[in-house]
Amino acid sequence: MNSSLNFEKPVIELESKIGDLENFASVSGVNLENEINILRKKLDNIKNDAYSNLTPWQRVKIARLQERPTSLEYIEKIIYGFIEFHGDRLYADDHAIVGGIGTLKGTPVTVIGHQKGKNTNDNIKRNFGMPHPEGYRKALRLMKQAEKFKRPVIMFVDTPGAYCGLEAEERGQGEAIALNLFEMSRLKTPIIVIVIGEGGSGGALALGIGDRVCMLENSIYSVISPEGLSSILWKDASLAEEAAGIMRLTAQDLFEFNVIDKVIKEPLGGAHKDVDSTSSKIKQYLIKELPGLMDLDIDTLIQNRYEKLRGMGTWG
Amino acid sequence: MIKEILRKKKYGTINVNKTENGRIIPYPKYTKKEKEEKDREVENDLWIRCKGCDETLLKEDIIKTSYVCNRCDYHFRMGARDRINLILDVDSFMEYDVEMKTIDPLDFPGYNNKINKAKEKTGESEAVITGEGRINGLAVVICVMNADFMMGSMGSVVGEKITRAIEKAIEKKRPVIIFSASGGARMQEGILSLMQMGKTAAALSRLSNEGLLYISVLTDPTTGGVTASFATLGDIILAEPKALIGFAGPRVIEQTIRQKLPEGFQRSEFLKERGFVDRIVHRKNLKNMLYKILYIHSLGGEKNE
Repeated sequence: MNSSLNFEKPVIELESKIGDLENFASVSGVNLENEINILRKKLDNIKNDAYSNLTPWQRVKIARLQERPTSLEYIEKIIYGFIEFHGDRLYADDHAIVGGIGTLKGTPVTVIGHQKGKNTNDNIKRNFGMPHPEGYRKALRLMKQAEKFKRPVIMFVDTPGAYCGLEAEERGQGEAIALNLFEMSRLKTPIIVIVIGEGGSGGALALGIGDRVCMLENSIYSVISPEGLSSILWKDASLAEEAAGIMRLTAQDLFEFNVIDKVIKEPLGGAHKDVDSTSSKIKQYLIKELPGLMDLDIDTLIQNRYEKLRGMGTWG
Repeated sequence: MIKEILRKKKYGTINVNKTENGRIIPYPKYTKKEKEEKDREVENDLWIRCKGCDETLLKEDIIKTSYVCNRCDYHFRMGARDRINLILDVDSFMEYDVEMKTIDPLDFPGYNNKINKAKEKTGESEAVITGEGRINGLAVVICVMNADFMMGSMGSVVGEKITRAIEKAIEKKRPVIIFSASGGARMQEGILSLMQMGKTAAALSRLSNEGLLYISVLTDPTTGGVTASFATLGDIILAEPKALIGFAGPRVIEQTIRQKLPEGFQRSEFLKERGFVDRIVHRKNLKNMLYKILYIHSLGGEKNE
C-alpha cells in the first residue's frame, strides 16, 4: 500500500529526512532542535504548496487512493451501534453496497453507502465498489424501511460506476438505478448524501438524490470517467489527465454549478491523512443539518427536494 | 446476420422527408456545396440497403411502410417528426418549448460546433421534441427523442423539455408517452447532464402520485442515462422489435468482461424474456396499441368518477 502520488514526493522525502534527523538526535544525544524546527517550517510550506492548488487530475488520484477511507470506516466513526443488514430480498446480497441502522447523537438513522475494498481480496469481494442491480435494490429496500420507521437516511457515495457486465444487464441495471431515482425523489423521510470519494455517473446518482448533498473536498463526481471521456474524444484513454481538466468534476466545480450544497474540508493531503478529523467534520455537518430537515413537515420536505432537482441544468 | 448488426457502430438511419410544422417537405435543406454532392449521389438518395436482410430497397417504398423493411420487417431508425406524424392524429400536434436553446456550460471544446452540425443535419433544435396531441381522438402529452441529434444524448435542454412536458401533463391530467432513442447522458454538459436523470425521474414520480398513466416506448437505441431514468419507469413499457436496449453499451461490456456477447443480447426480445418489457410491438401496430391502452385507462378505475 504505497500511497505516494507524484506531486507528494517532495513532501514525503522531507518528512523522512526529518524522521532520520530526529532518530539521530535521540540516539546520539546531539541537540538538533533548531535544525529540525527549520525543516519542519519548510515542510509546512512545501505541503501548502503541494496541496493547496491541486489540479483536477490530482484530486481524481486522491479520490481513488486505496487508503482513502471507505463508507464502513466513516460509519464506524460517526454512527453508534451500527448493525449491517444484507440482501435485496429478490436475488442476492451485493457487497459493493452496505447498509444498516444505528444512531447519530441519539437519533435512529439508516445508513447506506457504496463500499470499496481495502486490499485486493477485499476489492474482489466488493467488486471495486461497482454495484449490480441487487445492490441498488438492497439500498431501496433499506430506504423504504427507513421511511416506514421515520428514520432519516444518510448516504455515502463512493463508486467508479455501476458495474458494466452481462449479468448486471440481464438483471436490469438501468431499471434498478431509475427506480432508485424515482423513489428517492419522493421518499417520506430526510436524506443527506455525502460524496466521500468517486461519484461515478448513474451508479453514484442512484444513491445520490437527497435534501442535502455535499462532497468531501477531494472527491469527484462526473457523468463519465476521465478515461472514458478521453477515449471518446481523442480515442486515447491515456489522455485522462487532460480530460479531467475540462470536465469540471471537482467538489468546488459542483458547488459552483449549484449541484451540491457544501464542500467539506479535508485535512492537508487528503481524508486518509486524518480519518478522525474528516469523520468529525462529516458528523458535525450531519448534526447541523438533520434537525432542521426532521422538523419540516413531509410535504414541504418533498416539495423542497423536488425544487432542488428541478433547478438542475442550464439553457437559453 | 444479427451478429453483424450488433457489431456495427452505425445503424440504419435515413434522412429524407424532413417535415416542418407537421408539413412534409420533399428534401432536407442543403447548402449549395452539399447539394452538388448530393446530386452526384442520386442513387444513394433513392436506394437504401436493409441492415436486416441486406436487400437494396427503394427509399420511397420504405417511407410508405414507416421505415420498416417490407421483406424482413427490420425497423430502421426513424426521425422524431416522422414518428409524430405516424403516431398522432393529423394536425393534432402542438409543440412545447420550441424556443429553448442549448448552451455550453463547461466551455467544452467543440460542443457549440457539434450542436450546430446536429441542427443542420436534423433541422431540429435539440434531441427531443415535446408537445401534446391526439391518438384516435384521445389527448396525450408526447415526447419523442431523435437519435440523429448527437445520438439522442440528454443534456439540460432534453431533460428540461421532458420535465416540463410531464408537468404539463400533471396540470392537464393527461397521460404521457415518451419515445426513447438515446445513447445516454450528454458528456459535453458534464454533471448537469447526469442531474437530468434525477430531474426527469422526480417529475415522473409526481405524475405517478397523481394516478396518471405513463407509457414508455423503447426504440433503437435506448442506452445509458436514459435507460437508467425515464425510459424504464413506464407503467407500461413497449419496445419496437430488435431495438438495442441496455444500460452499458455492448462494446463497453465486451471490453469489461473480455468476451463476445451472445447473439440477441440487449435486444428488445431479450429484455422481454428477462421481464423488463411488457410487449414488443411492430411499428405498423404501434398507434393502435397505444390507443387501446389509452382507451382502457380513459375508462377509469373502480373508484374514479
